[in-house]
Amino acid sequence: MEVKEITEKGRAGVLRRIAGPVVTAVNVDAHMYDVVKVGSEELMGEVIKIEGEDIIIQVYEDTSGIRPGEPVINTGLSLAVELGPGLLTGIYDGIQRPLSVLVDKMGDFIQRGVSAPGLDHQKKWDFRPLVKEGDRVSPGSIIGEVQETNIVHKILVPPNVQGGLVKSIRAGSFTVGETVCTLDSGTTLSMMHKWPVRVPRPVREKMNPTIPLITGQRILDGLFPIAKGGTAAIPGPFGSGKTVTQQQLAKWSDAEIVVYIGCGERGNEMTEVLTEFPGLEDPKTGKPLMERTVLIANTSNMPVAAREASVYTGITIAEYFRDMGYDVSLMADSTSRWAEAMREISSRLEEMPGEEGYPAYLAARLSEFYERAGLVETLSGKNGSVSVIGAVSPPGGDFSEPVTQNTLRIVKVFWALDAKLSQRRHFPAINWLNSYSLYLDTLNDWYDREVSPEWNTLRSWAMEILQKEAELQEIVQLVGSDALPEAEQVTIEVARMIREIFLQQNAYDAVDTFCDMSKQYEMVKAIKAFADQAYAVQSAGVTPQQIIGTRSKNDLPQIKFIKDYKPELERILKAMESEFNELRSSA
Amino acid sequence: MKEYRTITKIAGPLLFVEKTEPVGYGELVNIALFDGSVKRGQVLDTSDDLVVIQVFETTAGIGKDSGIRFLGETIKMPVGKEMLGRILSGGGKPIDGGPEIVPEKRIDITGAAINPYARASPEEFIQTGISTIDGTNTLVRGQKLPIFSGAGLPHNNIALQIARQSKVLGSKEEFAVVFAAMGITKEEANHFMQDFERTGALERAVVFLNLADDPAVERIITPRLALTTAEYLAFDLGMHVLVILTDMTNYCEALRQIGAAREEVPGRRGYPGYMYTDLAGIYERAGIIKGKKGSITQFPILTMPGDDITHPIPDLTGYITEGQIVVSRELHRKGIYPPINVLPSLSRLMNLGIGKEHTREDHKKVSDQLYAAYAEGNDLRGLVAIVGKEALSERDRMFLEFADLFESRFVRQGYSEDRSIFETLDLGWDLLSTLPVEQLVRIDRDLINRYHPQFRQAAKAQE
Ligand SMILES: Nc1ncnc2c1ncn2[C@@H]1O[C@H](COP(=O)(O)OP(=O)(O)OP(=O)(O)O)[C@@H](O)[C@H]1O
Ligand SMILES: Nc1ncnc2c1ncn2[C@@H]1O[C@H](COP(=O)(O)OP(=O)(O)O)[C@@H](O)[C@H]1O
Ligand SMILES: [Mg+2]
Ligand SMILES: [Mg+2]
Repeated sequence: MEVKEITEKGRAGVLRRIAGPVVTAVNVDAHMYDVVKVGSEELMGEVIKIEGEDIIIQVYEDTSGIRPGEPVINTGLSLAVELGPGLLTGIYDGIQRPLSVLVDKMGDFIQRGVSAPGLDHQKKWDFRPLVKEGDRVSPGSIIGEVQETNIVHKILVPPNVQGGLVKSIRAGSFTVGETVCTLDSGTTLSMMHKWPVRVPRPVREKMNPTIPLITGQRILDGLFPIAKGGTAAIPGPFGSGKTVTQQQLAKWSDAEIVVYIGCGERGNEMTEVLTEFPGLEDPKTGKPLMERTVLIANTSNMPVAAREASVYTGITIAEYFRDMGYDVSLMADSTSRWAEAMREISSRLEEMPGEEGYPAYLAARLSEFYERAGLVETLSGKNGSVSVIGAVSPPGGDFSEPVTQNTLRIVKVFWALDAKLSQRRHFPAINWLNSYSLYLDTLNDWYDREVSPEWNTLRSWAMEILQKEAELQEIVQLVGSDALPEAEQVTIEVARMIREIFLQQNAYDAVDTFCDMSKQYEMVKAIKAFADQAYAVQSAGVTPQQIIGTRSKNDLPQIKFIKDYKPELERILKAMESEFNELRSSA
Repeated sequence: MKEYRTITKIAGPLLFVEKTEPVGYGELVNIALFDGSVKRGQVLDTSDDLVVIQVFETTAGIGKDSGIRFLGETIKMPVGKEMLGRILSGGGKPIDGGPEIVPEKRIDITGAAINPYARASPEEFIQTGISTIDGTNTLVRGQKLPIFSGAGLPHNNIALQIARQSKVLGSKEEFAVVFAAMGITKEEANHFMQDFERTGALERAVVFLNLADDPAVERIITPRLALTTAEYLAFDLGMHVLVILTDMTNYCEALRQIGAAREEVPGRRGYPGYMYTDLAGIYERAGIIKGKKGSITQFPILTMPGDDITHPIPDLTGYITEGQIVVSRELHRKGIYPPINVLPSLSRLMNLGIGKEHTREDHKKVSDQLYAAYAEGNDLRGLVAIVGKEALSERDRMFLEFADLFESRFVRQGYSEDRSIFETLDLGWDLLSTLPVEQLVRIDRDLINRYHPQFRQAAKAQE
């Protein structure tokens, strides 16, 4: 992020106290959330508290060696991101400094005191006007476009700029800073603008989402779907699959733009995304997935204040693409690290701690963040959406802790990861009994229309079997499985098939990593076909052992690994039918 | 350099000093005692009127008459190639009777974060010769993989066996070991040193020893000194460095002690709220950098208080490291070495380092299937205890037996038994072949046809 040269905005203040990432200055004429430059190295910081004479600042870089008496300069600006062509395929730190530029400027390790603008100000982009002289434009209007990657980047009148009549507009090749359009008021517009990250970008209207974000993950699309414009939380202990699930969504979900925030997590995970994504293709369009992606990487060992800022940087970028009419999905891994950053800063401010040391405003911050998701009518009258999926990392895997609890109060979808499942390598380790989606009812129509009129019934059927299994397992734990009534032994087998065939999905298998809706439908239908025939022959006197012993169903799991699965599925279903026919006639 | 005698308060490892010139945050401090000895500390909080110093040694002997000098720089570690083969204190001073180290460079011990953009993906398979690691929790070069253990369990032997047997197949590159002990007993330290000497590893090792009777607060800098050295060896000299940090639990206790002395609001179970960030500053100092030859692979060892994996120390560690190897008291009691419980164990980077190009094409699926089958059999043990074996179905009985076989043949191996990855995978198939082939739902038919013993033999017979 670049902060413009300061034109004598008052005198420089003086540092009085430095204690880690929080410093105190005096004689600074500052407002809350102003960006300041701290010390003679001009480290970037933000005013987070004003107390009498004291201005308290969180610093986005390491403060080692900084002494009392060094200067503090207020820029008078809020923490803002640069929005314009060049964002896509970018990888940024928490305050939108491009990590590639930082490598060029300071080598392999992150040093401090280096500023770098979020966008490349030298690169030229071909600007195509979409309005002409004399047209009226208003805040948020689209005035032109740039073919950025395979994505068309719309150029907007910044939402905080008065509209007017277009006095002049020019096509051609320009840098993001050059004027492309002048309004009659004298306002000049370029292809980029800045937006303060802590302020939600305005929209015309928020609407209720009715279309699912299709992720290609069976348990998500099939059982617990999230809507485009919806919110979901994915809590789980370490190693249960938060990151892999989020990466799967970043790869395969049918959003038009993906913003992925690595907030206080591992460096190597970001590297993995960086090395893997450029080689991936959208299963529907064949276009490179990286081209729709923006990454924010503020890893666990990078400055904690910048970690705090990273989620705001990310969501602001997401809103910006939404304002162009795109469906954006944002993954934040992990919101717990963000909450911990808040806690760390808050405790250094010696604020009164709330639950488990988190600041009392934790719940408010979380809900403000998730409120920035939604399906909207943009200022220019288009539909766009931001879906937010937040990972939560509860200490000890205990969901009763404040971050999980406060998140669950806000989000509409809960994907509960379960260490027991991940330990047996049942992935995705999403517990089907505890998880829920509050969008089911509103999405029913879509599934009805786009998948099959049978889908919703099949889904309920599968859920019922799983519920039933859970009850039966309790009995099994007491008396063993052989003691169950015969029909229920069949249910146990059917449930196993649902779990092992439908729910389990290996993210690392070249084919199974993504499963489209029609294959999902065929798979449940096949299991249901087995179940129907099994119950039928069972009531005709066939024993559960005979049913469980049928061979054709054993080939069903293989369907997952086959790309053109239809012939094989058909073969299996036929074989299944004749096996059951034989059983029936021999009964 | 000015000397101050303005200590106003001493609390635990902290000194409060008044009326100084402006002092930098994080600056190194020398504290001169009346007997002429000098202790070291670091500035934790600095302001116009008060400076808080954290002393890295015991505060015994420090008083209001002690002289405080601020050295105007943060703590630096002198490093040089001749550190290899040397034994240093937990504070970085030679304690092997050898000469002072002539530094080629002095490096800030805090260590800057590696820019994620500069990292290269770790994907080189390291063969440790231990089946439960190579087969089911594969280690790769540049990974940080801790051992979660408990008091009295053989984690040291496991670490030593790994250090001794680890190799990258087909590679003869230079490697080094950096060993940092924090608060372990003399006896444990000797165990390591003797093994290093016996195997000749000591020549390629740099050893930092902070023992149980050394000052607890020194443990705060020991791992940082070790990792600074490791970074120098890896990224300046191009070596592949294996870093063993033991015992991280003692490190965290020292961290808690300082937090308490500063009267901070404690987080979970009294540990500081910033412990995650602090530990990340240690564990994240592992990896590979694009365009550089060396690498840092980290093996932190920690003992879980009360064998509780949800305790903040293992919990926060697991959230930062790239997996964990969990040592189990139950397996140890059964007399199985190495008593590694694969179920809660994990290597997150495994997928990058296995498969056709690295190990063998069937590796991932065999591992998944072994897990699934062992987990199922293991669950049934609880059931058997209640309802007896007779109440089990035929299928259940097979899985129950599989779990026993898995422990006695796959998990159990000798302290010097060095299994190749192919031996490990074939062993896995042998065990899986005790189950009906249609139960192997995690493996594609293709691979079964190629690797399952039944078909392997059939294929051979045909030839
Ligand atoms: N959420 C779930 N995920 C995966 N499998 C499940 C789940 N619930 C039930 N099962 C199946 O039912 C069996 C028993 O379930 P689960 O492990 O939850 O039992 P439990 O009674 O909680 O076990 P424990 O005795 O270890 O507490 C499992 O082996 C598994 O196959
Ligand atoms: N859908 C999946 N398919 C296969 N393996 C998975 C899947 N999800 C998680 N895993 C495995 O679990 C490990 C831990 O997952 P990760 O997402 O890193 O956990 P978390 O972020 O919750 O700590 C991964 O390294 C991978 O081996
Ligand atoms: Mg994760
Ligand atoms: Mg749209």
